[in-house]
Parts: sequence; C-alpha cells; structure tokens
Amino acid sequence: MSVKVYVPCDAAALSMGADAVVEALESAAPDVKIIRNGSRGMLWLEPLVEVETANGRVAYGPVTADDVAGLLKAGMLESNDHKLCHGLTEEIPYFANQERLTFERVGVTDPLSLSDYQTHGGLKGLEKALKLQPQAIVDEVKVSGLRGRGGAGFPTGIKWQTALAQDQDQKYLCANADEGDSGTFADRMLMEGDPFSLIEGMVIGGRAIGADTGYIYIRSEYPHAIRTMRRAIHIMEDAGWLGTDIKGSGTTFNLYVRVGAGAYICGEESSMLESLEGKRGQVKVKPPIPAISGLFNKPTIVNNVLSLAAVPYILSKGGKAYADYGQGRSTGTQPFQLAGDIARGGLVEKAFGVTMNELLNDFGGGTRSGKPIKAVQAGGPLGGFVAPADFDMAMGYESMAERGAMMGHGGLVVFNSDTNMGSMARYAMEFCEIESCGKCTPCRIGAVRGKETIEKIMRGEDQVKNVEVLEDLCDLMETASLCAMGGLTPMPVRSALKQFPEDFMGTASEAAE
Amino acid sequence: MATLLNTIEDAKARDICREHGDRPDELLEILHSVQEAQGYLTDGALRTIAHALNISRAEIHGVVSFYHDYKREKGAAQTIKICRAEACQAVGANDLISEAEKHFKTQLDGKSAGVALEATYCLGNCALGPAVMIDGELYGRVDMKRLLSISDNHKGREA
Repeated sequence: MSVKVYVPCDAAALSMGADAVVEALESAAPDVKIIRNGSRGMLWLEPLVEVETANGRVAYGPVTADDVAGLLKAGMLESNDHKLCHGLTEEIPYFANQERLTFERVGVTDPLSLSDYQTHGGLKGLEKALKLQPQAIVDEVKVSGLRGRGGAGFPTGIKWQTALAQDQDQKYLCANADEGDSGTFADRMLMEGDPFSLIEGMVIGGRAIGADTGYIYIRSEYPHAIRTMRRAIHIMEDAGWLGTDIKGSGTTFNLYVRVGAGAYICGEESSMLESLEGKRGQVKVKPPIPAISGLFNKPTIVNNVLSLAAVPYILSKGGKAYADYGQGRSTGTQPFQLAGDIARGGLVEKAFGVTMNELLNDFGGGTRSGKPIKAVQAGGPLGGFVAPADFDMAMGYESMAERGAMMGHGGLVVFNSDTNMGSMARYAMEFCEIESCGKCTPCRIGAVRGKETIEKIMRGEDQVKNVEVLEDLCDLMETASLCAMGGLTPMPVRSALKQFPEDFMGTASEAAE
Repeated sequence: MATLLNTIEDAKARDICREHGDRPDELLEILHSVQEAQGYLTDGALRTIAHALNISRAEIHGVVSFYHDYKREKGAAQTIKICRAEACQAVGANDLISEAEKHFKTQLDGKSAGVALEATYCLGNCALGPAVMIDGELYGRVDMKRLLSISDNHKGREA
C-alpha cells in the first residue's frame, strides 16, 4: 500500500519551494501518493510535509527539495524521527491550542475534492439551509452574533435582514476578497485551502436574501486563489450545488469571480461595487446603503470572505453553538494572522477574548530576529500601533477600541526595536497618497500634505508648529473624509506620534530650545 | 492610422470583448485579458474596446489610469514585484529594494529595458517576508542573493 504524503499547494508554501519538494519526492519515491492540501497555517514550517500514519499525520518542516533524500533515508515514510520532524501535526501546541471553526478543513483536505469536503462536514449547512425559509436562515445568523470580518464589525444578520426586506426581483451577493491590508492573508488561505466553504456560505446567503447572482471580487495579487476559486466554482456547478434550482430547492444561484486591478481602495464596499460595474473604483456617498441600492442600483450585500465562510458552520451547528465562543458582543472566532518580524508567523483561529500577548508570545514566539518588540500594528495600514505596555488587551471589537486599537481583519504586524516609528507614520500617509481614490479632498490632498509635514518634523524644521499642523490635518481627515481610507489614516500616524515622539523629533529636538 | 469608426484596429481585442459578451461591466476583465495577451494596452486596443462596448474612450482612459495593474507602455523583459507594505518593511523590504535598485541600475517603478522593479502593496505572504512576485509566482523570505537566483531562474525559463 502506498503511503500518503501531504504537501501544501498554498501560495505561502509554494513561495518557499513546495513544488520543488513534490518533484523531488516524486522522483525519489514514485510509489508515494502525494496529496496537495491547503496550509495548516504554521507558515514558518512551510513547506510542511505530512506523512499519514495510523495515529494521524506526522509533520516535517520546513522541508526543502535538498532535504528530501535525507528525509527518505531517515525513514520519513515510516514516520521516523528526524531533526525536521515535529511529531503529530495536530499535537503541535500552535495548532492544538486553536479553536478552528472557519478553518476546520484548511490544511486537512484536498481543496478541490468535493468528496473530501463532504467527508469533513462540508455542505451540511447548505443542505439544512435549503430546507429553511429565508427568514429562518437570517434568524440563525442573527443568533450567532456574527459580525463583519472585514473590519467594520457590522452584524451580518442585520445586514442580511435589510436586503431580505427589499421587494425586488434582482439582488446581488458579493464576497469581498480584496484583502489588501498588509499582515492579513486569511482570505487567501481560505480560498486556496477550502474554497467550497466560501461557495457554500454564499449559496446560503443568496437564498437568505433572495439573490440569484453572486460575485467574488479577488485582488489580482492573489493569482493562486483566483485559479482555485474558479476551479471550485466549476466543480460545484457540475455537482449541482450552483446554478438553477439547486437540488430541487427552488433556489437559483450563479457565482462569478471578478479580478481586481491593484487598487487598495476597492476593498471599500462602494468602491468595489463601482469596480464590479467596470468603472473607476471611486468611493460613493452613503446613503443609500448597498443593501438597498448597490450593484447596478439593486439591493446588494457585500460580505467579507471570512464572514461568509463562517456561515456554513453556523447553519450546520446552529447560531448558538457559534455564539458560545467569544466574549461580549464579539462572538465566535477570529482567524488572527501573525506577520512581520515574528518567530512563528501564521494563522491562529481563536475565540475572541484571547490576549494580544498570548498571540504574540505563546503562539508567535516573539520576534524572529530576536530583538525586542517595539510596536505591533493591529488591523492593517489604517490601524494604530500598540506598544508592549498594552499587550494585555483582549482581542475583540470593543475591547480593542477601548484601548485605541482596531480589530480590522485580524492581522498583527510585529516591528522590532530597530524600527523608526516616524518613518512608519510617514509611510502611512504615503500609502494613503498612493491609494486614495481621489474623490474627497481631505484624503487626496491631506495625505500629501501629511507626508510632507512629517518629513519636515523629522528634518527638524519648526517642529512644534509642524506637529500642530499635523494634528490639525489629522482632525480634518478624520472628520471630513468620505470613507475609512482618509478617515483612519491618522490612526497609525497619531498613535506613533503619541507613543514614540522621539522617533519624529530626533535627538536634536526643538524641545530643548 | 485607422480613423473610421467601424474599423476594427485590434482583432485580438475585439475577440476578447466578444468573449465577454461586449458587456461594459466586464471592462476590467477585458483589459486584464488584452494586457495578458499583448503585454500592455495599446491605443488601438483601447479604441477597439471602446467601440465594442459602446463606451467613450475617455471612460476607458479613466479606468485604465485608475488601476495600478494596467500598463500603457511596453514593459521590461522581466518585472520583479517587490512588496513594500508594512509586514515586509518590518523584515527588511526597504533594504532589499535599495540593494536591488543598485544591482539592476534602476529605480523602483522606474523605466528599464532589462529588469524592472515594481512596488506592490501586499502579496499576502506577510509571515514569510520580504515577499516578491515574478510572472505570477510568489516567493518568500527573499534576500538579495535569493532574488538574483530567482530572477535568473525565470530568465532561463523565458529564454
């Protein structure tokens, strides 16, 4: 009997040479059955090769093509020990201590095997939903307390209720897969590792709100995810889980992938809808909200990939089972992403309420460089910097906001003691300058002036006065910008200035005058 | 230069529009496909698309100039996309960019005939930075030595 060996096809694993490992394995041990799975999320171990045994899968990593001969000689296929061996994958503390609901199957199954998907609990939520009336589906999502995982944290059930209430023949459901925040890759990993769960969540959502057409808007920086999603849609169509009158339920849902074109702002929902219509991705004034008038002026729901992928679990196990996880109004789990200078970077799905310290140190193992952590940026380019004194904060929408931080899409980017926070603040403004859609003045012009002013401060020009100018500009951007891009860019700038003023003022500070 | 309104200047672009049902909402997809086939978006291609979708050239120009992905000029023989978003900066992306600029004698986002360096903002490989993409293939933990070997490897495949 041939041994089963798993080598991920996740882009992160490929970026470290997973394909070369497969080639080396195939030529050295042609009898081995190689399965390309998603990634387990322990990215510092990628490519993580797993060998199936009677007790579970045994992990080896990070494996390079050059290691393969040695591993085979040491008896990898008999799951023998080796310096790269980590024992049973599911007993590695990083993995064992997670609460995987949304990512239950990622890394376990072959992403494009529908039978694998069903064997591991897939389609149970949809089968149930097809027997429920739309209102009952929306109610179940409301019970779960699920909130938008894209960053705004708006209750998904209430959003769906608004769209359901619209008496219109044509409605749309869009998955926001324009995951542009640095330090986030959970959407990508899910689309590459368990694409059917996103599709299942979308069909359930389509039935709930009465939409027969769905779009997945994926950023062009994710070519692997685009390929996998397109294939997965074909497979679901062929199996009758997408299309007209799905399994005789009367529900029709057609799903299409649309590819972005390198504009960060298209992660903002009104901008994304413009882009889906083939236009410039410019932000629109709200109201009307998209749930009333969105794509092609029809009622449209835009949900984040992770929100939609949480829906199958909620339907199959019940909203209450999902709400049992979490803390306060932050119910359920969040796939956190550890990035930047971190020893054990990767994906950690935990119930809300876990502390930042647990994520950074217990899971992450501190910095990879060995230097002390200076600050962590939580919630992407528009999130504030958190200094070590605040690492005891619990991760949740409200608990983070109380401390001036933001959940965002659940990414944590670690910066070590070498980082100049003045430069990071300057970069925040520069990023806003590059990516602003240009519609509103505070964002379009403010970002340029903000960058210039920070440069002046850092050069030592009129520091006291220029800090005043910068604060004033930040006030203006926060209060007068149309969307979160201009409105939140001051967040990293101000948090850096407040906590690390010395990085702006330099040693020759004017304060001495 | 063709000037007649009903003249198809770019047969390939015309075919691609047809494959997309000549639908204006599929403009981004059409532009992606044309650029993939031809390397960049020529004036003729844009005029053909405008005619096929029955939208103005100004509208198309607006879209093409808005999105970073679309190119109006022939690119370099090889384009290396280097991520300069926060997570990659935290592990030395800026140093990698400076070294690469020096080595390839070009500027980030500048013109170059041989190897062009393009800034990108997050490739979703934030735990394994600095991240780089060449020809749609993603690489992690890239330092200058690894960058040169990857670049040569891709050149070898193109040749």
